[in-house]
Amino acid sequence: MKQRPIALLCLAAVALTACGTGSTGTASTEAGEPTDPTITIESVPDSTTTTEPEPIVLTLMAHNSFAGAVTNDTFGTFTAETGVEVVVLAAGDAGTMLSQAILTKANPIADVLFGIDDAFLSRALDENLFLAFESVRIGDLAASLRLDPLNRVTPIDFGDVCVNYDRAIFAGEVPPPLNLEQLILPEFADRLVVQNPATSSPGLAFLLATIAVFGEDGWQEYWADLVDNGVKVVSDWDTAYYAEFTRYGGDRPMVVSYASSPPAEVIFSDQPIDIAPTGVVDEGCYRQIEFAGILAGTRHEEAAGLLIDYMTSIPFQESIPETWFVFPANEKAQLPDVFEEHAVIPAAPFTLDPEDIEENRERWIKEWTEIVLP
Amino acid sequence: MRSKRFWLLALVPALYVGAFFLYPLGRILWAGFVSGTPDLRGSGSLIWFTTWQALASTALTVIVAFPLTAILSNFTFRGRETVRALVTIPFVMPTMVVATAFVAIGWTASIWAILAAHVFYNLAVVVRTVGGVWSRLDRHPYEAARTLGAPRFTAFRAVTIPMLTPALMAAAAIVFLFSFTSFGVVLVLGGLRYRTLEVEIYQQAVTFLDLPTAAALSVVQILGVAVTMLLYARVQRRAGRRLHLVSENQRLRPFGRYRLLGVGVVGVTLSLHLLPLALLVWRSFRSGAVGWRFLADPGPLAVTPVSAIRNSLFFAFLTTVMALLIGGSAAWVIARKSGMTSGVFDLALMLPLGTSAVTIGLGMLVALDRPIDLRRSWVIVPLAHSLVAIPFVVRATIPALRSLRTDLLEAAAVLGASPWGVWRQIELPLVARPLAVGAGFAAAVSLGEFGASTFVARPASATVPTLLFQLLGRPGFASYGGALALAVVLMVLTGAITLVADRGRVGELGTF
Repeated sequence: MKQRPIALLCLAAVALTACGTGSTGTASTEAGEPTDPTITIESVPDSTTTTEPEPIVLTLMAHNSFAGAVTNDTFGTFTAETGVEVVVLAAGDAGTMLSQAILTKANPIADVLFGIDDAFLSRALDENLFLAFESVRIGDLAASLRLDPLNRVTPIDFGDVCVNYDRAIFAGEVPPPLNLEQLILPEFADRLVVQNPATSSPGLAFLLATIAVFGEDGWQEYWADLVDNGVKVVSDWDTAYYAEFTRYGGDRPMVVSYASSPPAEVIFSDQPIDIAPTGVVDEGCYRQIEFAGILAGTRHEEAAGLLIDYMTSIPFQESIPETWFVFPANEKAQLPDVFEEHAVIPAAPFTLDPEDIEENRERWIKEWTEIVLP
Repeated sequence: MRSKRFWLLALVPALYVGAFFLYPLGRILWAGFVSGTPDLRGSGSLIWFTTWQALASTALTVIVAFPLTAILSNFTFRGRETVRALVTIPFVMPTMVVATAFVAIGWTASIWAILAAHVFYNLAVVVRTVGGVWSRLDRHPYEAARTLGAPRFTAFRAVTIPMLTPALMAAAAIVFLFSFTSFGVVLVLGGLRYRTLEVEIYQQAVTFLDLPTAAALSVVQILGVAVTMLLYARVQRRAGRRLHLVSENQRLRPFGRYRLLGVGVVGVTLSLHLLPLALLVWRSFRSGAVGWRFLADPGPLAVTPVSAIRNSLFFAFLTTVMALLIGGSAAWVIARKSGMTSGVFDLALMLPLGTSAVTIGLGMLVALDRPIDLRRSWVIVPLAHSLVAIPFVVRATIPALRSLRTDLLEAAAVLGASPWGVWRQIELPLVARPLAVGAGFAAAVSLGEFGASTFVARPASATVPTLLFQLLGRPGFASYGGALALAVVLMVLTGAITLVADRGRVGELGTF
């Protein structure tokens, strides 16, 4: 009986070395006995030396919503073309992922990080997390998305956070609002639900939009007006959308969501529909940009660069909308039909300088809390 | 010789908790403190709210659970096992899903919604932990008191309650720690006005990336847990008494003239308790069960729903085995030895339940890179689950282990039984039921993805809850329906596993 716990630990250790997917730990290589990967690769094209070619396994660290939609096909072409395997680590939400990356800087858990957004970009760059890398397709990526002149991060996609509305409710005499200014009008009293910027990424983006629109001196008053007009605040997107939004049984016909939510409503509708049931207020949107970067400390810098090249390539970029419901950064990528038809790409979305966000984020959130939750 | 084996048995849980909890905890706190100065302004009110809402939640849970526990522990009736399994189901439900049901029922954001949710989640802890002992209490002392003329209530208060106190305290300790570290419930149902230490630690570590403050608040939280556990140990020591446990068959009786009361208590408690769940089940079947149809072909996802179920069951199995072996041997050591060492040991095992999941998750990432890099392995998932599961096994089994009559064990030894024989023939059958209770919770902890596993980076081998969150994060009826259908899958899995754990206890108890 007393041996059993020890046996179990041994079992776990054995399982770890035998089945652990892609532990390219430094220790194992220095010991000269590569224990990975489990999936063997036919051959590595450029490896013609006499030593046994060691297949490269790249670890890609990403937030949960990206990792949760990665299938065998996602990097299948990449592996077929380069012989490099990709293992994806799900690292929680974007903020959790960044704290993980900062804490493991000395011995990184991944080679490439994906999903850092403009709100956290400055902090990530200050921490020197990334190696500079210029993608072969840098010229195809929208210039407005390339926020780091040193190319330590490469933009992969963007998404616009906008107020969405339930078309069924605004089909009558009251038309939907046209911009953020109108949200404080009496006809929109008690109609809007937003997320707490301290706990929600779209919530923070919406706060940033109001700061961009009304300025450092005006946004506080705007929020005070929103509060007077009965804005409801919940902790996260799920609660706002699936509990408070009228379309799902709540009593708020306007919700802070994404410009890509209407096509998602079409794709995930209960029966085939022609017109998206929700609409987007396309003035006063905030553009979230998601970047990928090569983590300093990787032993596979070259392969990591190939992966970023792949993520900016047309096939990958064109798979982005229907997989992750955001938009490709590569301007040559075509949108799928359902996005052409139902998605809104705001003409003039707002952005703020990442350094500005980094410097003020905490203060803004605290001021917001004092105004909205006195 | 006996003593040597004894310490050998203590070594496994000690090493486990040391390597996978205390060491990572030390590393992350150190990393936090060396990186700057903490800002603890306003933490006084945080500590105050965290503590009082946890106390109130614990008291309410015990009050609500008590009548149901009493019925389940005194009467035998058809469906009794099913009721015991049903109460466990809310325990594993993801907060986000429960929140939508609460909002639909009309529980708007308030302190009452927080307290109600804590009762909803923790009812099973009291019903099952206390019921595991109560349903096997010998009736004779109570009946003797009655025969000697004590009124029913006096006999109950003077005889039964003192015998239940250790188990009640054990359950209350777990409920307190769960509520003390409440995160999702407070965040989603509290309407932003309420914040626990756990919420603040998350916000400091993740939103503001202020690790020094997060580390300092973690220390405050851990101190709170330590103080609670010390108080608990004191009360427990005073309340500790040897129980005489019999088999359930000997205690339980048919309802008789208490039928109305019994059916009433079970009916009212269960219907209130399961209302949010019933709503979710009903919603998952709306619009022609679009969610269920969607699960058959959900588009690009890291795993199919079937693999997610398989992964969840696999992790639940590993977690249960680890929690039983490690928690079981730890409980045995703690029950046998009293004093400082055993107290510290007990505290170390309970701490993971009362420590911020963010802190443990980040700590594991910082610390578990040597000698083997566990950080990219799926092994980290059952490791994180079992840290939370072990306290359940420990708390559920200690009251029964302490009640063991040493004279029985000694008699067996004198009569020539080997230590193994004593354990197999006497001790194991006596603790089989509490072990089963602990095993059920261990599996549920894993199925519900509690604790640090939410904050460690892990291979994208999704479980049912992680897949559920993926679907819940996208707009559309089918995606939402799919998430609800997965919630129903979680309910069924939990109910089934609990039933199996209840049936699977080793042997049946004889009289002594």
